[in-house]
Amino acid sequence: MADQKGGEKAKSDDKKIKSGELGEDYIKYHAFSVAEDLPLRSPKIGYNYLPIGGLNMEMPQPNSEILSKKAKIAAALRAVLPYDAVIDDPSETRAYECDALTAYRCPPMIAVLPATTQEVSDILKICHREGVPVVPRGSGTSLAGGALPTADCVILGVAKMNKVLETDYENRLIRVQSGRTNLSVSGAVEEEDFFYAPDPSSQLACAIAGNIAMNSGGAHCLKYGVTTNNLMGVTMVMMDGEIVEIGGGYLDASGLDILGVICGSEGQLGVVTEATLRILPKPEGARPVMIAFDSNEVAGACVADIIKAGVLPVAIEFMDRPIIEICENFAKAGYPDCEALLIVEVEGSEAEIQDQLDRISAIAQKHNPVELRQSQSAAESAAIWLGRKSAFGAVGQVADYMCLDGTIPVSALPEVLRRIKELSDHYGLRVGNVFHAGDGNMHPLIMFDANKEGDLELCEAMGADVLRLCVEVGGCLTGEHGVGIEKRDLMEDQYSAEDLEIQMAVKDVFDPAWLLNPSKVFPLSVSQSRRAS
Amino acid sequence: MSEILYPEDEAALAAALREATGPLQIMGGGTRQIGRIAPAQALSTRRVQGITLYEPGAMTLVAKTGTAIEDIEAVLAAEKQRLAFEPMDHRAILGTSGQPTLGGVIAANVSGPRRIQVGAARDFALGVTFVDGTGQVLSNGGRVMKNVTGYDLVKLMSGSWGTLGVLTEVALKVLPVSETQATLKIHVTTWADAVGCMSAALGTPFDVSGAATVQAEDGGFDCLIRVEGFETSVQYRASELTQRLAKFGAVDVVDDPWAEVKDLRSWAALDTVWRISVRPTDSLRVIDLMQDLQKEPGFHCQLDWGGGLIWLGLEAAQIANAQAGLALHQALQTHVAQLSGHATLVKSGFLRDQELCHFQPLGRAIEHVSQTLRKKFDPRGILNPGRMS
Repeated sequence: MADQKGGEKAKSDDKKIKSGELGEDYIKYHAFSVAEDLPLRSPKIGYNYLPIGGLNMEMPQPNSEILSKKAKIAAALRAVLPYDAVIDDPSETRAYECDALTAYRCPPMIAVLPATTQEVSDILKICHREGVPVVPRGSGTSLAGGALPTADCVILGVAKMNKVLETDYENRLIRVQSGRTNLSVSGAVEEEDFFYAPDPSSQLACAIAGNIAMNSGGAHCLKYGVTTNNLMGVTMVMMDGEIVEIGGGYLDASGLDILGVICGSEGQLGVVTEATLRILPKPEGARPVMIAFDSNEVAGACVADIIKAGVLPVAIEFMDRPIIEICENFAKAGYPDCEALLIVEVEGSEAEIQDQLDRISAIAQKHNPVELRQSQSAAESAAIWLGRKSAFGAVGQVADYMCLDGTIPVSALPEVLRRIKELSDHYGLRVGNVFHAGDGNMHPLIMFDANKEGDLELCEAMGADVLRLCVEVGGCLTGEHGVGIEKRDLMEDQYSAEDLEIQMAVKDVFDPAWLLNPSKVFPLSVSQSRRAS
Repeated sequence: MSEILYPEDEAALAAALREATGPLQIMGGGTRQIGRIAPAQALSTRRVQGITLYEPGAMTLVAKTGTAIEDIEAVLAAEKQRLAFEPMDHRAILGTSGQPTLGGVIAANVSGPRRIQVGAARDFALGVTFVDGTGQVLSNGGRVMKNVTGYDLVKLMSGSWGTLGVLTEVALKVLPVSETQATLKIHVTTWADAVGCMSAALGTPFDVSGAATVQAEDGGFDCLIRVEGFETSVQYRASELTQRLAKFGAVDVVDDPWAEVKDLRSWAALDTVWRISVRPTDSLRVIDLMQDLQKEPGFHCQLDWGGGLIWLGLEAAQIANAQAGLALHQALQTHVAQLSGHATLVKSGFLRDQELCHFQPLGRAIEHVSQTLRKKFDPRGILNPGRMS
């Protein structure tokens, strides 16, 4: 649950030029100067709360030829956009220097704020002709650096494109411009008791464009799926400026499922300007039950039994002892003294909710819970959720922390928690686990002290080990935040060279010159020959 | 054509692709002979089979692609789970024999009535391993339900009809079998009321898991609305729906009709069948076109997915000759293109020797992207060449 904090501690002049192993063509982006002597490949992992050292993340050196054409490019962009939609004054481009991964900052050469698909097309034609890299940006809430600029790029922000183009309740869909925020999509259909299901925790701010780029998930995806399962079509502008329609108000592709590969491609294949989204009738109601256990293993077994029994809750959240204690101290939610806590929420009519909660409770009773508390009212529901929802803030009160979002097979939960504990002992760092237990999406929070020398390095090394553990047990590096720059250098831990090559070949098809968000997702050494071409 | 090749495992399959000197017709059990099938050496994944992992508590199953769907469903049923996307079995309508396989279901993105609620085959595919046209074994995705690590080639491979690679292993999300189901039949007199009724049902919070309409014997139409879940919940929702849908026509509770709806078993004798996907309310405009063009001889029609999926069928006697059939086919694809959607000739009957697009023609840019993708995955163009045209 990726609430963004921080930023206030980030330093604005933390970028230093230094050649790394990749040669003189690269810059290291530093969050802290102490990091200069660390080995290059020390990977940078996800976090939600500063400070974290952006130790050695590299980005390509800006292309001086492009920088020298800045005035010409800005003039060309002003010829197709309103004057104030082109931002080239360095004091103003700074507003676009980072996304929610605030440790890394670099103002773009130019930022543009188009209002229509046609304007996006005009912008891309110019950038394509001039060979300028383009970094698409939704609301800038990426935790993975998906919208981090380079000094020689044009940032293309879709924030002005926030209109609802069509609501169609009979066919249960809405068509919006991609800069519209996630929550305001649901807001637009609320009066008819519909909603848009994917609910990333940044939903108040995050744009549909970014949701599509990262294939965002949310707390309720156990039942409703993630963005890709709720996306029916897009209007997209290709890097050469061509406008294409992919999908629409109908289901499934006629030819290859191009829409399926666009979703989650981190803005590297095209700029999505409009989206057709599936909307659903709101459930009649929802209520949770809280179940406390004296071991992680038993809690994990209970989750498996709930699923096997055929109950399909909308959410199953898991918290371990360190998190329970921190949350209880912080929020006074009334959580019991226990090793593991489950919050299981179900939906339906009152009678249906009660029936499902009774079934879940009966299953849980077989595992001898320390405590079991069914919510009977909105107030009780809020109390049960209170601790969980304040987890990140609560941890932030007691320590600096790094949050990962690797996903594991649910069955590997006890093993992974045990090994994270071993890593925690080995590195001497506390770890708390909150976890979407139904779908295996972990959020381990590794706590450290940024003011203690060496702690940060330990934390990053441990984070990499945790993500490698996720991959080893059959999971993946990132379940919902995306790769961006953050897990870019760990991609070879998950994929073979050939597996990465075929993914890059897909980018070659859409963007042969590698101008769209080029330095993300793939390790720089792996994508080097393509970006150089 | 020589005999079908049956590689014994993934390595042998990869070797067969590396050594291939000409085009290959990629198949699983050979039950879905849809699209343009060029003369080529047939290669079946049927012997690359077996369930490699099944974790009911994690709702995950991984199997080799030659595994029969029937075998997977039996293993799942023993744990009270199922393939929730309810893949259609094409054998009845196409008159094919053999065993539908996991590879075929994913390669053709085959779903059934429950697609409207839970998603398509592609939504349940968590990971794939496949052999590309050069004989390389590649993987994408994994076996976990949330995964945004790199590009989603699982979706791209789903529904690619073997033209990008030969699937060898697929990881699937599976779901629990519902305790019970109830199906309401609402008898209506017009297609417009049928679509209105289905739309009204799907607009309620009652989690409708099937919304189809079949032609009734009296010339009217039967809307079929399904709810699934625990007994008391199903009773409650069925009764709420009964009240809300009564304005469209008489509501009855009927025996489970969904296997028939899913597989179109009663259409086995039809000569020609199209499958059309449009925005649900646009189905009425497709039906209007058919009523204009086929007024006299008539036609068969079934709606699924609340109207979004249209099945159209013709008896041999309902079509004058191949030329008339071709004109109708082209009129349908043109009309559907204007509405935004796609029409696929599923059973070609009279049209089998005609030069036509079995799949809906794509726009220029997307066609170019598709062809370029195929060249990347299969540089020699040996995998089911022309199958999706």
